Parts: sequence; structure tokens; C-alpha cells
Amino acid sequence: MQLESKIPPGPLEKKWEYAKAHYKLVNPANKRKYDIIVVGAGLAGASAAASFGELGYNVKCFVYHDSPRRAHSIAAQGGINAAKNYRNDGDSIYRLFYDTIKGGDYRSREGNVYRLAELSVNIIDQAVAQGVPFAREYGGQLENRSFGGVQVSRTFYARGQTGQQLLLGAFQAQERQIALGTVKQYNRHEMLDLVVVDGHAKGIITRNLVTGKIEAHAADAVVLGTGGYVNVFYLSTNAMQSNATAIWRAYKRGAAFANPCYTQIHPTCIPQSGDYQSKLTLMSESLRNDGRIWVPKTQGDKRPPRQIPESDRDYYLERKYPSFGNLAPRDIASRAAKEVCDDGRGIGASGRGVYLDFADAIKRLGKPVIEERYGNLFEMYHDITAEDPYEAPMRIYPAPHYSMGGLWVDYNLMSNIPGLYVVGEANFSDHGANRLGASALMQGLADGYFVVPVTIGDYLATQFGKKVAADRPEFAAALADVNDRVGKLLSAKGTRSVDSYHKELGSIMWEYCGMARSADGLKKALTMIRELRQQYWRDVRVTGAGEEPNQALEKAGRVADFFELAELMCIDALHREESAGGHFRVEYQTPDGEAKRNDDEFLYVAAWEHKGEGNEPVLHKEPLAYEDVKLAARSYK
Amino acid sequence: MNLTLHVWRQKARESEGGFVEYKANGISPDASFLEMLDVVNEELIAKGDEPIHFEHDCREGICGSCGMMINGTAHGPMGGTATCQLHMRHFKDGEDVWVEPWRARAFPVIKDLIVDRSPLDKIIQAGGFISVNTGSAVEANTLPIPKQVQEQSMDAAECIQCGACVAQCPNGAAQLFTAAKISHLGLLPQGQPERYDRVLKMIETMEQHFGSCTLFRECEAVCPKEISTDFITRMNKDYLVATVKAR
Repeated sequence: MQLESKIPPGPLEKKWEYAKAHYKLVNPANKRKYDIIVVGAGLAGASAAASFGELGYNVKCFVYHDSPRRAHSIAAQGGINAAKNYRNDGDSIYRLFYDTIKGGDYRSREGNVYRLAELSVNIIDQAVAQGVPFAREYGGQLENRSFGGVQVSRTFYARGQTGQQLLLGAFQAQERQIALGTVKQYNRHEMLDLVVVDGHAKGIITRNLVTGKIEAHAADAVVLGTGGYVNVFYLSTNAMQSNATAIWRAYKRGAAFANPCYTQIHPTCIPQSGDYQSKLTLMSESLRNDGRIWVPKTQGDKRPPRQIPESDRDYYLERKYPSFGNLAPRDIASRAAKEVCDDGRGIGASGRGVYLDFADAIKRLGKPVIEERYGNLFEMYHDITAEDPYEAPMRIYPAPHYSMGGLWVDYNLMSNIPGLYVVGEANFSDHGANRLGASALMQGLADGYFVVPVTIGDYLATQFGKKVAADRPEFAAALADVNDRVGKLLSAKGTRSVDSYHKELGSIMWEYCGMARSADGLKKALTMIRELRQQYWRDVRVTGAGEEPNQALEKAGRVADFFELAELMCIDALHREESAGGHFRVEYQTPDGEAKRNDDEFLYVAAWEHKGEGNEPVLHKEPLAYEDVKLAARSYK
Repeated sequence: MNLTLHVWRQKARESEGGFVEYKANGISPDASFLEMLDVVNEELIAKGDEPIHFEHDCREGICGSCGMMINGTAHGPMGGTATCQLHMRHFKDGEDVWVEPWRARAFPVIKDLIVDRSPLDKIIQAGGFISVNTGSAVEANTLPIPKQVQEQSMDAAECIQCGACVAQCPNGAAQLFTAAKISHLGLLPQGQPERYDRVLKMIETMEQHFGSCTLFRECEAVCPKEISTDFITRMNKDYLVATVKAR
């Protein structure tokens, strides 16, 4: 397997320009002769589908929801970064680039991240033109706030629903193309396999979730924008249906999977309250602009929070990281929360929680200002916990939130399978070992609006006259594989539900491959996962039939893939004998408990190749070259 | 807490449906309504029965997937919440709870509590957008927008397209949904060039699929985002202007 990053030559700020000047183009009259399949319609998928349609390509867009607007991007709350420097606070494209590289703990590509920072400003322009109602100042100009890991205010937002509004912008652009006929929309269709013909991605296999029909679809290129995989932990902030099946199937057809162990645990989520719990709800990072995080200074202090005087409180983030304080990056804030809870100072019935307190901000700014900034989040918190955060501090705890790892792509967002592009959270590209807040929306939209619509032409131009139809034997073979898998799941007729297995897998992953990992723990997890997976295929109970709407069957296929992915995550985590960003190996830490990287041995992207059932995956290393940024220990003190 | 559920079960679009009684026992008052259904479904699977099918995804009240009639009210008794944000502490121990899919001519049942809401997307396709291709936008701050205008536009833009407004309406009308989109875009300066064309096209498509509005205002009462029927008035005004302009 050859992994060529294809970073263009030249200085950082000229790379994207150079690349654009050298891509092959498809002439406007020929574009309609090309079919592009887009899977997923979150920020990346929808913006790509709409932009392809505007260019004149023939697009087929597949989503498992009833409408493309339901994709999980819709739930992003806090904001989107852009290097506009509207605040005159010293921001620039370079600073956004630098913050993102540092935030990712020096495990991402300079070239990709610089392009992301450059495009960030175009995204805001595009979104405003579409009618995204970003927050404004009284003078009518766009408002900004701060997010973790940075010292400027560059985050644009629409109340606590920034993801919703940005997605609606992309969704509406996509619906406009549907009306114009350039995009054909397939709702309630789930991708279950990738079809590779002569080494090129030329189609997908889907299951119609209403009729159960399994079908083949051919195209000249396939774009996956199918999101992240932290539902492998069962309890996460992801939507219930978010899954890894599309990227996992692509992996099994030969696409390299990069850095699977880089997962983000978000520091501010509502703690678990019982066994029935189906997901964890995020409380936006933006709350850390005004909220202060603390726990009691002494173990076992069970007084109600308002009765604990200032002198008995430990504002541990402000104490440990005075220059960034409550806005320390997510990986650091999460680990710090775990540390104080492990120390016996956690709050709430379970002892796994810390306070996020707005009393000072309310005193300083008044309740109406806090209400305007965070009203919907406070309401959401109140709905779930029946506690009023205006009166008592919020109780929060870290939860799995985002996957920095994903399918390996080159600078052009193409995987190692020609014709297979991967955009948004589904790829591994821009966030290194830790993503900074308000950067996911930026990356999804940069990929979909501005990168892939240009780079895909470079590939398609080489495919003129090479169209394949769905009657090729490769399609029949993939169809047979999918039918076989579905058949196996339905015929196991075992004793336990899919959810019961998913919960068990999730607790293994959270325990051994979550916020703190060790060689012993990971080895133990690997044995447990393998045993549980075998039992799953023998013993899972999937009710109903294949030729009807069947939610149990949908889940069963996704969980089967989570088992395999979980294994690869542990293998990757075990091999990476260093701590970097969200990947914290307890064996590798500084005396004061910070992540300790090993740049001599691990300054590379770990890309794993599938070698067939029952065989160990093979590791390929893409070295990371730092030419502009000097490698340094990450410090937020 | 213990509840008796009466849940609408329907195998497929063409099949006949009916209420089936289930016991939901030992439910935590802190569980959400959907988590309560998860518990019931696990018991059904344990017995070898098919789980109750319902749509859901984010469980944070923003994706708009979930929605069911609970004791005759869309999204249940609380107001201002989607079904996923409704918690069991709002029910009484021992209560009988009737659970049905959205009831509207435009939303045929697919299975159990899942309905087909695709006509709502058709209304968006008719004109629920600003026609601007990727790359052609001007610098974002060249267009100042008064804070009050942006706030009002955002009030309308918060719609999650769940369909509760249609389900609750005695006429099965989609006026609140359509008005929200028309107002979100029509209030903003960027939305002005297509403002009157948009209102004509969207209303025309809406009327092909949905009933007529007779201002019961039931939609406003159940809307999880508490979108105001003032937007319907605004839409009607725009529509009147548009029809005059079109002459």
C-alpha cells in the first residue's frame, strides 16, 4: 500500500493556490456526464452534494434518515471558527493554523491545516449569503466568542444551535439542487458496502430501510461524509444512529484507516443518571466562556454547592492552567475532571461529576445577558435534570464526543482507493490527536464547499469513457456479501438483544480505551472484545424480517461493525507508546500528569490496512514533516 | 414508577393498525419518554416479539426525528419540548398512556409510530432557500443586519421540521412550518430578491399536500421550539403582496 500525502510544494500560504492551479479540470459541458455518489448529508456531505450539483455533476445522495436535514451535524451547539479578526485581537490565518496544530498535539499535517484556516473565512461569507442567522452586535456586525485552547475570539455562533443553522444552509442549498434535478436524493437508504472495480471505487450497496430491498448503485466516484464513530462507546454525545458502517465497509474493501485511537472525550456533558440511559447530552464548550469549573477541596464534602464557601472550593482548571483557565483544550479539561473524581472529590450521587458554575457571571453581567447567550442550553439542562442552572451550578462530566481518526485521505481528500473521497469527521485529516472546539463545523464545510468540489475534478478527468455499470460481477459479489451478512444476523436467533451487546462493548471500551489507557488494559480489552464478538454472532437476537422496516436489524449490522472497529482502536492505542492529545497512555506522562509525546518514534500517521478476516491488520506510517511550526511540548499553563 | 401503555402497532403502510397494551414497570422518573420505550422494547425482544418502531436520533430535541401523539397531544403534555426531551417525572405512577403516530393525511404510517414526512421537504424544494452558489458570496460584514432582525429571523429558523404542527392541526395544515421558513429567509436582507417569488411557490406546494389553516393555533401550542403563529400572519401578508405583484 502506497500512502502519498500529495502535499503541494512551495511555502505554506501558496500550497492551496499551487494545487488549484495544477488540478486537471472537467469542462462544464462534460460535467453532467459524470455520476457522483455522496453518502451522508451532514455539513460535509450536504455541502459537497450541493456544490457538485451547482457545478453540473450528476449527484446521487444517500442518507438513512427520512430527510437529509436530520444528520447529526444539526446537534452541534457552540460555534464555528474563522480567522476574520473582526475583534482586532491579533487573530490571523496563521494563528488559527498554529492554534489548530498545537491543539492537535502536533499530530496533523501542516499543509491540510493551513488550507483549513485559509478557507475558514470563505465559509462564514458563504453561510451569511445563504441566510444563516449568526449572532450580531447592535451595530449589525457579526458577533464572536471564545472557545477552548485559544486566546482570541474567533467563534461565530447562532445561539446554541450553530450546527443546526449551518446545516440548514447546506440542506437548503442541497434541496435547491434536488429541485433543479442535479441531485437525486435517496432518503431512508443505508450504505452497507463499497464496490471496487479494477482498484477504483465505482459504487455502493444500499439497503432500502422501508422495503428492505438491497440494491447496487454505480457511479464515477464515491464521496463518504458519514461522520464519526464514538458510538463504539455506546454512551456518547452522538446521535443514536451515528455509526461506522460506511467507513468500516470501505476499510474492509482496502481503504486505510488512520489513527483510530484518536477519540475525543468532551469535558462538559450531563453525567449519566441510570442504567436506562441511552445517550449523554453535551453542554456546549461555549459555556466555559462564563462558567467556572470547580469541586470541593476536601474529599467527601457532600454539602450542597451553594453552602460550600469560596475558601473550600478548588477551581482546578484556573489553578493548574492560569493563562487559559476554564478554556483549556478539551482533552486536558477532561483528564483534569477525571483526576479530581479519581481523587474522591467528584460531586453528585455517583461521585463522577464536577460543577460548572455561573454564579459569578450572573452577578457580573446579570441574568438577562446569560439568558441571551445560553438560554436554550440552560433550558435543555433543566429539562433533563429538573435542576435550575441559574440557581445551582450545573453538574457535568466528560463523555465521548468526536473521532479525530477516520479513513486515511491525501491532501485532495481521496483515500488510497482511487475515486473514494472522504470528507468531514469520517476522514482523519485535520485535527491530529485532539480537535479544538468549533473546528468540526469548519472542517466539514471546508471539505464539502471548497475542497472536494475542486479536487474531485482532478480524478474524474482521468475517468472519461471509463464508466462502469452495476451489472459488473464486482457488484454482484458485493450484493451477495451483504445479503449473506444480513442473513446471518437474522438467522442467529440467539438469546440477547443487540443493545445488550452494544452496552457491554461500550463499557469495555470506556474502561480500557477511554480517557486513560494502559498496555495491560488494552490487551485485556482485546481479549474481551474478541470473545464478545464471537458470542454476538452466535447469540444475538434480531427480531423481524429483512424485507420490511426493521430497526433491530439496522442496529445489529452497525454493532457488528463496531466490534471490529473497537478491536482496531485497541490495537492502534496499544502500538502508540506515547501520549498525544486525546490518546493518553498512563505509562507516558510528565511528573505533573500531562501527556508526554514521543516525537522521535511516533511523529507519524498510523494507517492500518485490512488483511482479511482473522489476520492482523498491517501498519503503514505516513511521516509528519513540520517545516513551519517548531515541535514543542504543548503548554496551556 | 409503573405505567400502562396503549401503543399503536401497524405492520406496514397498507396494513390495519390497532392499539396494543403493554406494561412499563420499574421506570425511573429521570428517564426520558424514549428511554422508557427502550426499556419496554428490550422486554419485547426478550419475549421474541418485535420492538415498537419509532423514529429518533439525537435525543437532544434538535434533529426533529422523533414525535408521537402522547395522550392525544403531539410530543406530550409539557409544551416546548420534543418527545425525546420529555421526562417520565411528568407522568403519574400508575397512569394510562396512549401513544400514536402523527395523524395527518399528508403523513402516511410506515410502521408503528414511524410516518412519512417527505412532503415537508417538498415545500423547501419549492423555494425554501436563498439562491447562492458556493463561492459567489461577498465578505460577510459588508451587510450589516440589525440585531432585532437577526433575532426575529432566528426565532423562525429554529424550526426542527418534526411535523408536530401538522399532526396537532385539526385540518392537517402545514402553515406554521412553511411560515417559519418564509420568515427566516424573508426577514433577512439576503432573502429579499426572491421574497415574493418564494412565498408563492412554497404556498402552492404546501397546498398540494396539506390542509388549510383556519387559525386554531394548536400548532403553536405543541411546537417544541415555541414558534409563534405571528409568522403565519406575516406570511399571509407577504402572500397578499406577492399575488398583487404577480398581476
